[in-house]
Amino acid sequence: MSGAKILMGNQACAEGALRAGCTFYAGYPITPSSEIMEILARRLPAEGGAFIQMEDELASIAAVVGAAWSGAKAMTATSGPGLSLMMEGLGYAAITETPCVIVDVQRAGPATGQATRVGSGDLMQVRYGSHGDYCPIALCPWSVQEMYDLTIRAFALSERFRVPSFVLAEESVGHLREAVVLHDDFEMPERDRSQGRQPFGHELADGVPPMPAFGDGANLLVTGSTHDGWGYRRVDSPAPHAELVGRINHKILDHAGEICELDARLLDDAEVAIVAYGFTGRSSLAAVKALRQKGVKAGLLRLKTIWPFPAEQVAALGNSVRWLLVPEMNMGQLAGLVRQHVNCEVVSLTQVNGEVIEPATIIETVLGRKS
Amino acid sequence: MTRSLSDWFRVEHTAFCPGCGHGILLGAIIRAVDDLALDRRRLLFVSGIGCAAWIPSPNIKADTLHTLHGRAVAYATGAKLAKPELNVLVVSGDGDLSSIGGNHLIHGARRNIDMTVICANNQIYGMTGGQTASTTPLGSHTATEPSGSKYRPFDLCALVRAAGAPYAARWPVTRTRSLIDSIKKAVRIKGFTFVEVMSPCPTQFGRRNRFDDVTALYDHINELCIDRDQAGDLSPGQLAARIVIGEFGDE
Repeated sequence: MSGAKILMGNQACAEGALRAGCTFYAGYPITPSSEIMEILARRLPAEGGAFIQMEDELASIAAVVGAAWSGAKAMTATSGPGLSLMMEGLGYAAITETPCVIVDVQRAGPATGQATRVGSGDLMQVRYGSHGDYCPIALCPWSVQEMYDLTIRAFALSERFRVPSFVLAEESVGHLREAVVLHDDFEMPERDRSQGRQPFGHELADGVPPMPAFGDGANLLVTGSTHDGWGYRRVDSPAPHAELVGRINHKILDHAGEICELDARLLDDAEVAIVAYGFTGRSSLAAVKALRQKGVKAGLLRLKTIWPFPAEQVAALGNSVRWLLVPEMNMGQLAGLVRQHVNCEVVSLTQVNGEVIEPATIIETVLGRKS
Repeated sequence: MTRSLSDWFRVEHTAFCPGCGHGILLGAIIRAVDDLALDRRRLLFVSGIGCAAWIPSPNIKADTLHTLHGRAVAYATGAKLAKPELNVLVVSGDGDLSSIGGNHLIHGARRNIDMTVICANNQIYGMTGGQTASTTPLGSHTATEPSGSKYRPFDLCALVRAAGAPYAARWPVTRTRSLIDSIKKAVRIKGFTFVEVMSPCPTQFGRRNRFDDVTALYDHINELCIDRDQAGDLSPGQLAARIVIGEFGDE
C-alpha cells in the first residue's frame, strides 16, 4: 500500500471527515470516541473550520444542525450514553432534512455499562431511537481503512439525500491501529443551494429538494413541526403530514440500491453464510477461511451499510444457502430482522461480555450445528 | 415619521390569543431590527418550542429556525459559529429558555458568543395549558400547582449576568420604547446579550389567577414593576414579589 500510514480508527475517522470537507464539529467528550473530537479540536480551527465543545449531547447535535443550515458540512461523534441524548436532535435533523454525520463508537451498554469495552448494542437505536418514522443511513466499518472511507461516504450520502448519516463503529475499530491510505479517490456531491424551488417540496422525482443556507437570502423557514414545501407549519391537517413523512422515508428506502454497500466473500458455493457487520465481520471472515480449510462450504455477507437494511440481498442469500449465522455483540438485534427476510434457518450468535467475538467462537458454532 | 413595516412580515395574522403580549413584542423586535438597518440576509431568528417560539416563526420574513423545546441557544450557537457574519436573535419563552433549556442558556452566557436572546416571560406554560414554569411567581395558580406555586421563580437577568452575559435588560411589553432601545443595544453589543420581556398571558395565567379581563392582568404586571434605581429602597422581602425592570450590565 503506497502512502499507507498506521493510524487508530478514530484518527482515520477524523482524517476522513476533514478530507470530506467537514468544517464544523460540536460534541461532548465520551469514551471511546473522544479522540475524534480531540483531533478535530486542533485541526478544524487551523483549517478554517469551527469546533466547539458543547455542554451536553442534546446541545451537540443541535449545534451541528444549526451549523449545517449555515452551509457547513457538520458532524459530531459520541457513544451510547451520548447517542441516547441525541435522539431528539436526530428526529429534528430527519424532519428538517438536515445533512449531518454522527459517528457512534459503540461501547457496552445499556446506560453507563462498560465505557471502555465493546458492544454493538446501538444497532436498533440508530434506526429507531427517535420517535416517529424516519430513515437514517448507517454505515458499519470493520477496519481503520473503512473508518476513513465510510466517514467520507457518510458525508457524501448525507449531502446527497439531506439525511442524518451514521458511522456506526465499535470501540474495537475506533481504537484499532493498522494501515490506512488517506486517499482522495471519492466523489462528494455538491449541496444544491438553489433558490426559487421549495426547500421542503415534494416535486422532485428523487425526493430531495434544494437546501439554501442561512445568509443566502432565501428567508428560510425551518421547523421541526410538520410543514409544507416552503416550511410553513401544517400541524392539524392529514395530507401535509402524510406527504412529508412519506417522502423523508421513501427518499432513502427507494434509493436503497444506491446506498447499500455489501462485501460478499466466498458465497458462490456456500451452504452456510455468515451475515455480519462491523468488527464482527473480521472474525467472521477468519472463521469462514478456517471453515473452508475444514471442508465446510462457508461464506460471508458483510453489511457495510446496515441502514437502510439491504433486505433484497439478504433475502436472495437466504435462498441460496442452507442456513445463516448472525454473530453480534448484542442480544441478537439484527438476527430477528434477518429472520423476517429469509426462508432458511437463521442462527443467532450473541455475546454481550464487552469483548469481541473470536473466530473460534464462530467456528465452534458452525461446526456444532449439524447442517 | 411613520414607516411601513409590512415587508418584515410573511403572514398577515398571528396565532396569538386575544390580549397576549407576544404580538407587542413581535412589533418591538421588528421596529428594533428595522431601526438598526441590519442586512436582512444576515439576520437569523432562532426559537424553541412554545407560544413565544412562534413570534419569529413564521411571522418574520428573514431566515428562521424553529427548533426543539429548550435547545434554541444550542442551535443558534452552531449556526453562528459556522457563519459568523450572521446576526443571530433567539426569541423564545421563559419555560423553553430557562426550564428545559436552562443549561444551554447559562452555557451560552458563559461562552459569550455573539447573539441576543429575547425571552418572552409570561410566567407560565401557555401552549401546553397553564402549567408551572421556572418563572411562575410564588403562590400563583397553575394547572400543576392548583393551590399556588411553592417554589421560587428564577431571576433570569441575574442568572445570565452571573453566568457571564455582559448585558441583560428586563421590561414589560408596555414599556415599548425602552424595550426597543434595549433590543437595539443588545444586538449592537458583541457578546451574549439577554432581554427579558414580561409578556402577559391572559388565557392561561390570567384565567387561573382571577384576572378576569386583559387590562386587569396588564395593570397588575405594570404595578409590580419597579425601576432598578428605586429597587434599592426596598427590603429583600418587599422586592421578592416585585419585577425589577431596567438594564443590567454594560454601564
